[in-house]
Amino acid sequence: MNWLSMVRWSPYMVGIGIGILSWFAFLLSDKPIGCSTAYARTSGMLERLVRGDRVLKKAYYQKFAPVVDWEWMLVVGVVIGAFISAQLSGAFHVLWVPSTWAASFGTGPVLRWLVALIGGVLMGLGARWAGGCTSGHGISGTLQLAVSSWLAAICFFIGGIAAAMLIFHIIG
Amino acid sequence: MLTRLHEQKNLQLLLGLLIGIVFGFLLQKGGVTDYNVIIGQLLLTDFTVAKIMLAASITGMLGVHLLRSRGLAQLHPKPGSLGTSVIGGLIFGVGFAVLGYYPGTVAGAVGQGALDALFGGVVGILIGSGIFAALYPRLQRSILRVGDFGELTLPQALKVKNAWVVVIPVAFALIAMLWLLELLGL
Repeated sequence: MNWLSMVRWSPYMVGIGIGILSWFAFLLSDKPIGCSTAYARTSGMLERLVRGDRVLKKAYYQKFAPVVDWEWMLVVGVVIGAFISAQLSGAFHVLWVPSTWAASFGTGPVLRWLVALIGGVLMGLGARWAGGCTSGHGISGTLQLAVSSWLAAICFFIGGIAAAMLIFHIIG
Repeated sequence: MLTRLHEQKNLQLLLGLLIGIVFGFLLQKGGVTDYNVIIGQLLLTDFTVAKIMLAASITGMLGVHLLRSRGLAQLHPKPGSLGTSVIGGLIFGVGFAVLGYYPGTVAGAVGQGALDALFGGVVGILIGSGIFAALYPRLQRSILRVGDFGELTLPQALKVKNAWVVVIPVAFALIAMLWLLELLGL
């Protein structure tokens, strides 16, 4: 079982594996693989803890009830699966500042944390705005040939490439 | 379709967890739970993300449409409009570059020990989702409706009855893109 402890697999093998996994998601669960709705539901659950049941009346949470569902369990599974994979290859290590970031902006964890937080807010907002993320639109939506997903996936990369070039080539 | 299996709620939660574990395992092995790999893709120096997404999309497209032809699966295309897909997509893209993970891989990055993914990424995505839920009633009445096309698929847009007429050429076009990436040594 040497391959389980490899640090990296070929991107093609990984992609084909994810594609096959999506067959099982459709066949066994009648669901496309997605991640970002789970964050919206969690956000609703947390808001409910603070503000009580009136949160359930919000139009958005009528549409996406703040409850644990299939996709929510999937995101929990992703954390576990990545942990197992990283443990098997010895890649697991606690990290505050990724090296590409550190090379341009230094090793200070506070700046990286703040920027990651801002990025997360934009991503959460954008994912809900577009109705999906790189998994739900980028993989599951494109494989279904959904027009919304092809359009969104192209815009993810246009926005991402433009912003990354600005951050690392102009600011950094 | 396996309708009886789909109706078993607790078993479905377990299936979601298991599919997630395999998904997370694959994302980590593919290297896309690593900030450097994501940023490398957006700076066009490392094409791992594109290769994984294209290979997944091609494989998934062929298999899921085959299941559908056999009556074993149905499609769930997300509804959309220019206001949702284009504007939401661009906001997401900027977040993609600033954070350096995406909602799936940020969970995987947490699993391999990235604290910027946990305290920055996950917390930020939760806040961003909450902001959207608060803005939703107002956005729903305005910008989200601009250029609405609903749950449209490419075969429907092209008015083709047999989806394979679109699936096969798209699959070949995506394979050609991968081949081109290899040819260019990317």
